[in-house]
Amino acid sequence: MLVSENETLKNNIIKWAEELGKDRTILLPLLQRVQKKYSSISPYAMQIIADLLDIHPVEVYSVVSFYSFLNDEPKGRFVIRLCRTISCEMSGRDRIARQLQNELGIAFGETTPDSRFTLEWTNCMGMCDLGPAMMVNDVVFTEMTPEKAHEIVERCRQTFSAFALQNKQEG
Amino acid sequence: MKAKYMSPLTFSTILPDEGLKKAVSIKRSEILAEISASKIKGRGGAGFPTGTKWNLAAAAKDTTKFIVCNADEGEPGTFKDRIILMDHADLVFEGMTIAARAVGSKEGILYLRGEYTYLLSHLETILQKRRDNKLLGDAILGVEGFQFDIRIHMGSGAYICGEETALIESIEGNRGEPRNRPPYPVDTGLKRHPTVVNNVETFAWCACIIGNGAEWFLKHGTAVSTGLKLFSISGDVERPGVYEFPWGITVSEVLEKCGGRNAKAVQIGGASGYCIPRSQFDRKIAYEDISTGGSIIVFGPDRDMLKVAKNFLEFFVEESCGQCTPCRDGNPVILDGIERLEKGTCSITYLNELRALSETMQVASKCGLGQTSTNAFLSILEHFKDECMGRGRE
Amino acid sequence: MNTKTNHDRTCRAPKSVKGYSIKTSPDKTQIGGQVTVTINDHAIKVPLGTTILEASKSLGINIPTLCNHDDLCVAGVCRICVVEVEGQRNLQAACAFPVTSPIKVRTHSRRVRHARRHILDLMLAKHYGECYSCTRNGNCELQNLAEEYGVDFYRFGHLKEPRYTVDNSSYAVVRDMDKCILCRRCIRTCIDMQEVGVLGAINRGDKTKIATFLDKPLAEVICINCGQCINRCPTAALKAKDPTDEVWAAIDDPTKHVVIQTAPSPRAAIAECFGVEPGTALTFEMNTALKRCGFNKVFDTNFTADLTIIEEGTELILRLYKALVKKDPGVAETIPQFTSCSPGWVKFIEHFYPEFLPHVSSAKSPQQMFGALIKTYYAQQNNLDPANIVSVALMPCSAKKFECNRPEMISSGYKDVDYGLTTRELAKMIKEAGVDLLKMEKSDFDDPFGSATGSGVIFGATGGVMESALRCVIELVTGKKVENLFDHAEITPVRGFEGSRIAELTIGDVGPVPDLLKHLVPDWNWLRGVTLKLGVCHGTANAKKVLEDIRNGGPFSQCQFIEFMACPGGCLGGGGQPIPTTPEIRAARARAIYAEDRRSTIRKSHENPAILSLYKEFLTDGPCGKVSHKLLHTHYVARGKYILA
Repeated sequence: MLVSENETLKNNIIKWAEELGKDRTILLPLLQRVQKKYSSISPYAMQIIADLLDIHPVEVYSVVSFYSFLNDEPKGRFVIRLCRTISCEMSGRDRIARQLQNELGIAFGETTPDSRFTLEWTNCMGMCDLGPAMMVNDVVFTEMTPEKAHEIVERCRQTFSAFALQNKQEG
Repeated sequence: MKAKYMSPLTFSTILPDEGLKKAVSIKRSEILAEISASKIKGRGGAGFPTGTKWNLAAAAKDTTKFIVCNADEGEPGTFKDRIILMDHADLVFEGMTIAARAVGSKEGILYLRGEYTYLLSHLETILQKRRDNKLLGDAILGVEGFQFDIRIHMGSGAYICGEETALIESIEGNRGEPRNRPPYPVDTGLKRHPTVVNNVETFAWCACIIGNGAEWFLKHGTAVSTGLKLFSISGDVERPGVYEFPWGITVSEVLEKCGGRNAKAVQIGGASGYCIPRSQFDRKIAYEDISTGGSIIVFGPDRDMLKVAKNFLEFFVEESCGQCTPCRDGNPVILDGIERLEKGTCSITYLNELRALSETMQVASKCGLGQTSTNAFLSILEHFKDECMGRGRE
Repeated sequence: MNTKTNHDRTCRAPKSVKGYSIKTSPDKTQIGGQVTVTINDHAIKVPLGTTILEASKSLGINIPTLCNHDDLCVAGVCRICVVEVEGQRNLQAACAFPVTSPIKVRTHSRRVRHARRHILDLMLAKHYGECYSCTRNGNCELQNLAEEYGVDFYRFGHLKEPRYTVDNSSYAVVRDMDKCILCRRCIRTCIDMQEVGVLGAINRGDKTKIATFLDKPLAEVICINCGQCINRCPTAALKAKDPTDEVWAAIDDPTKHVVIQTAPSPRAAIAECFGVEPGTALTFEMNTALKRCGFNKVFDTNFTADLTIIEEGTELILRLYKALVKKDPGVAETIPQFTSCSPGWVKFIEHFYPEFLPHVSSAKSPQQMFGALIKTYYAQQNNLDPANIVSVALMPCSAKKFECNRPEMISSGYKDVDYGLTTRELAKMIKEAGVDLLKMEKSDFDDPFGSATGSGVIFGATGGVMESALRCVIELVTGKKVENLFDHAEITPVRGFEGSRIAELTIGDVGPVPDLLKHLVPDWNWLRGVTLKLGVCHGTANAKKVLEDIRNGGPFSQCQFIEFMACPGGCLGGGGQPIPTTPEIRAARARAIYAEDRRSTIRKSHENPAILSLYKEFLTDGPCGKVSHKLLHTHYVARGKYILA
């Protein structure tokens, strides 16, 4: 079972690498695709990528560990990132933070036991006029209130992907 | 995401692709001369003269050159690029295309920060439209041999990638660690080829300058700081958002416009900028006085300025790339010092040590991050020393 | 005589830690080729693109460095070398700043000294431990700078508790990240110089650290134990695993018979640990010192180096004979034959190119051959119970520590070699024993392996194995003296420090087959007029290039025999050698080694009388025979490079 999963992972990576062009400069786009599809970049994936680009696995690991949006350890289905930088702090991020922790029963940097939510801090998201701001996967939420935090978490609980979230938000 | 409040922008009055059409009708040297004549400086914060940058790249002997648009807007308190990319992306791409024409480049890259992933499809659509309308691709506007295209490269959550050489490293698939300079990117940049890296706003203004002429641009601003500038205003103000002001506007004028009259301090230039106290609100925002990439964070009378300094330092401790000693190891020491101040366990002697260390970090760090990370701490300490001291021991 | 030019071409380190060459006129004397730089009011003309650091050096101004290393590309990360450049607002890193216009520099102004002191203070704040409990005490670049800059207190504190656990998992290399100052020399060494890619920087900001893939223990990743990182580490963050306590215990145990074999390279370098200029060989003084330390017998590894030549050479002749005369396609595919003396290289090929393993000679390395003989032949001859023999090997190498622990290295029925000591560790033992090495009288090696040849000695330098093999092959095949072909039997075409090179030798007339080989080949006629192509390669980054070249059918695929050494410069630049190492130091050690070869009375392995009597008395069925196969040959493991999570 596990073997075949790795097999499809490998095939996907090879396919993507061919689309992007085998060259070290594709490393970030390639990692981003793996991250998007698998929600983490597994040690196996890193080694496959290293092989394809003729670099060493530690170099891939080094890059993955550098960027906050890339991770080698699996995270929850919904990664909630709350902005902690100054403007959001001034507009009340602490209350949102407490609400999210209460809601999910975890602290920042943790993942819920059912692997559905990961709660993290992030640095300035460029939403300083609309603080407090947070992201759920790729989707940005602004002018957060504790109640809104509750609603978003609830909606996440009811759906399976953040894309559904996005539609609802725009609609 | 629309801005909370937005002043009318000149960008909205610009006719589409006026600049590009003009650019293909004049000589490359004339484009360069026009940009130089406008005296426009980089809008990202460092303020390097754009004309000089383009001229150097144009003069570089290489068949491959790159135009890179730095949309890794990560400076705390800055979000004007988000608005430009949302409402005026065409103008940015037009500016890049003009730059390509001027320096002789075929390949452009927009480095978009990971936090702005939601803008990606919007930008891709615009790029495709431009390709369809012969504004990108082969024979742009029917000009034989004028070939240029733009692709988008996504960042992945690293503030330091806003530094131009770190950004290039990131595109090349490395950790976003700044390079040794010299050589500079205009000489040895992406894949070792001459590379022009400019901010989103810079490219947009360049398109306007070619379209309307340098004379038009020079009407605004001061002698040294020409033209108009977009500002991102947040914090304790009634109307946070994006504002367009000419360079040379005073701090109090800015506060007047955005409704922040009773502010006690303003942080100009984001986390890496300076904190300006009320007593200096008559100072000018311009390259010759208070230089900025456009971030203005306003602090009301009740804000704890030491907490502000702490927030900034926490930011830098985490966002330092970690390669050079002063920045990697210095920022945590300063942060620890702030915590000592909070607890009331920081002696004056040690505070002086920290100040001296901050000065070392400013001159000895490898890149702009470490060189500016203690600006906020030092200026808060200078102007709000009383507030920072006498704490702890309830 | 510099490996740097070569490695610049292979340079794969991240570009952020890499210097850029400035486009300059190739003729440095031409107008525009030179530029004047004024350093501390002294003007000097330098080629355009020279760094401030290099220019200062030529003026006799020492600028402190930590991340900079002569063997590695520029990093500019430690910032200790910052200087004032007139017209620049900030201080500039002297190691990374190329002089391209006439500039004025101040290298030790007040501002500069303050900045350097701060940088040191910051490093020391996170540098856990005390100097007196550190293996690099007295030989530490950070300690030296702390002294130079008058550090007399910890300005920004000092860690009270360790932050990391010491990684002791490897047989060869110990990582103590509490001592790391993040200069990244090890990364540049591992990725750039050796192409092994075990170490990298992970995380960012204050969480940055040097780690392996997934931060695994060293023993679980694809480290080849070459120890080059140790040689370049400015502190004790990387060190070799030290077995001296066990060796002392054996010496102090009266029931144990402790013998030591000494490889050629340590003797050419150990003097450096006692403050003597590099390039001074102390072979015979060291023998006396070893006896004074309490070793029962001191043997010369050169003996088995000679034996290696015979065994490996015979193996090569057999391969060629089977391929060329018997037309055996299976054997033809295993040509070129690769040497197997360097355990770092062996592990490299096991991990990265397992498909090439059939090319590797099955002959053990000299260390392991000796180990097997000591606990068999020597034990028999001297009526010793091999269980009571403790066999120690003095090596310039950290990978030898791993090699002697390979599970298959028990041909004698016991662990063939019990402990591998590095040159540095022996120097420590000698000091601990209160022995003044420099004042020792000379004494010879012990019998029965006493005499060795110059061929064994030059194993220490890159190209040495090839030269030794050639000396034998030429004489055994043509029946003529090497001296007739090369002055003093010195086959200079295979010498030098170029990363990889090919030498050609056309065999003219052939002579009769010597007695030793008569049972293996009937005659040499099939070699008449044949041009042998012989490759030499050192440093595993170069090895990678050579293997890729073979894979692509390039010039190296036409070779019959290729010598591979894991370390730059060969064993004399090994991971167990005294610290520091630079191209100049390695060149000096090579000179010492070649001088010793020249002093030897016998200079060809097949003329070594002890070897001849070994074949007469013990290895009676000759080279590559049954006994020799049992004791002197080995097999390899296709390890691959994938690491399970």
